[in-house]
Amino acid sequence: MTFFTELGRYLLMIKGMFSKPENMKVYWKEFMHQCNDIGIGSLGIVVIISVFMGAVSAVQTAYQLVSPVIPKSTIAQIVRDTVILEFAPTLVCIVLAGVVGSKIASELGNMRVSEQIDALEIMGINTKAYLIMPKVAAALVVIPMLVVISGVLGIWGGRLAGVASGILSAAEYDKGLLSSFFAYNVFFALTKAYTFAFIISTIPAYYGYYVKGGALEIGRSSTKSVVVSCVLILFADYILAALLL
Amino acid sequence: MYLFCLQIIYWLHYYYNNKQVAGSSTAIKQPLRRTLQPLVVCAAVKSIHQLVLMIEVKNIIKGFGDKIVINDVTATMQTGKCNLIIGTSGSGKTVLMKCLVGLFEPDKGEIVYSGHSFTAMGEEERKELRQQIGMLFQGSALFDSMTVEQNVMFPLDMFTKWSFAEKLKRVNEVLDRVNLKDANKKFPAEISGGMKKRVGIARAIVLNPKYLFCDEPNSGLDPQTSLVIDKLIKEITTEYNITTVVNTHDMNSVMEIGDNILYMYQGQKEWEGTNQEIIFSKNDRLNSFIFASEFLQDAKDMRMLEMKGKIDNNRNMDDLIK
Repeated sequence: MTFFTELGRYLLMIKGMFSKPENMKVYWKEFMHQCNDIGIGSLGIVVIISVFMGAVSAVQTAYQLVSPVIPKSTIAQIVRDTVILEFAPTLVCIVLAGVVGSKIASELGNMRVSEQIDALEIMGINTKAYLIMPKVAAALVVIPMLVVISGVLGIWGGRLAGVASGILSAAEYDKGLLSSFFAYNVFFALTKAYTFAFIISTIPAYYGYYVKGGALEIGRSSTKSVVVSCVLILFADYILAALLL
Repeated sequence: MYLFCLQIIYWLHYYYNNKQVAGSSTAIKQPLRRTLQPLVVCAAVKSIHQLVLMIEVKNIIKGFGDKIVINDVTATMQTGKCNLIIGTSGSGKTVLMKCLVGLFEPDKGEIVYSGHSFTAMGEEERKELRQQIGMLFQGSALFDSMTVEQNVMFPLDMFTKWSFAEKLKRVNEVLDRVNLKDANKKFPAEISGGMKKRVGIARAIVLNPKYLFCDEPNSGLDPQTSLVIDKLIKEITTEYNITTVVNTHDMNSVMEIGDNILYMYQGQKEWEGTNQEIIFSKNDRLNSFIFASEFLQDAKDMRMLEMKGKIDNNRNMDDLIK
């Protein structure tokens, strides 16, 4: 019963986001601010994760490919496809669920507890539209970009590690990258990125917006939002893979 | 609209009936006078009603689960006056105020703003009305990430199309009005509690509201700053002729600014009157709440004697001690 109540409230929150902005300039400013917070704020961690993810992927693939029949350029192919299909969208989004999700939940939770949301309501502002919509829109714009950056850096990390550890040459890696490339994989990765971006922004917004209590409850809702987001990302990952591949 | 149609029908009917008897020139003047007279009277009565009875609370009931927090409260918040809601903790003051501004929906009853039912309004109508409402919250509810200037400018950013210079001028005007100078670039974390309240008031009045709500404006403030805030609220109320509703525990506020006081006890209206009438109130619960300490009881007795003329208003303390 609680599940359906929460689901209903979540859907009503989503519905409430779509209303005519009181002042488009202010909403645009807030949207740009969120793009900066979510995008630039998370860029550092995304870069680090992506490079090491690609590097580890290259080294471990080489460790498992023991047969001399398989050409070394296959390592590059495997790194490329794993990074594009799974690592860049899923792993990065799980990390972003922690970084961005906890920020959104605690920011909105703090605003709720300190009556700032009530103050906005009394001014005649649609708080769902003003506080949540720019965050969701910014996440939908910025997170797929981060996923693309992550993919590129992951593949580059694999090349760097492969060449540095003497597993394969740069020319072999580049040859492997260009062979049997399916553009559909990029489409699939972006579909996942958009779906996960929606989850990462709306679930923490829901937990933060409806928080009741004080500092302890804000912490709890923030943790809960990250856990639920991660579980939903993995669930959506499976559903999308089953449907689109 | 209905009334207007009836008037037109009545006027046409009267015109054609008289046309046959007295001719067209006199026939128009008489029904016009007869028709306009009651309309003018109605309009005048309605406008006076709107001016005098700004917010009406009619039989409000609000509960959470099985517990009824507000039980059948009826009251009137008057224009140009400080309307105080007082009562012990848990008596339902804050819930009543939140019902008034629409943060809680009453289970039963009606709230009327200048003749328009707030409870029957749709979301869009409420949004429009809320632009005429300013509210000072207990914790000030300033936006942490914005400076004082940005906080006060926020309603102007949202609801006006003024240039930045115009908005800044207005912000400086209201900050001047609440005696806050040179604090424009400070963040809420860098200013004192009293200053935060003043910024809250400045933000509440920046759009020239018709209604001002203050939820415990003196909580957490020293007596001197409390008096400054009370004085400010009172001045703004009379200056802008707005309907101010203040929810307070502070007895100084009750005596200083309580033009119309509503005492709540366990979710019900226990007493209503002015700060002059409260001195002579025979309500035991009210007296034990307001004049809780011996000192306040003595002060009340003194004030009663003053008002009855038994002690000179300009009494000398030395004489009193003697």
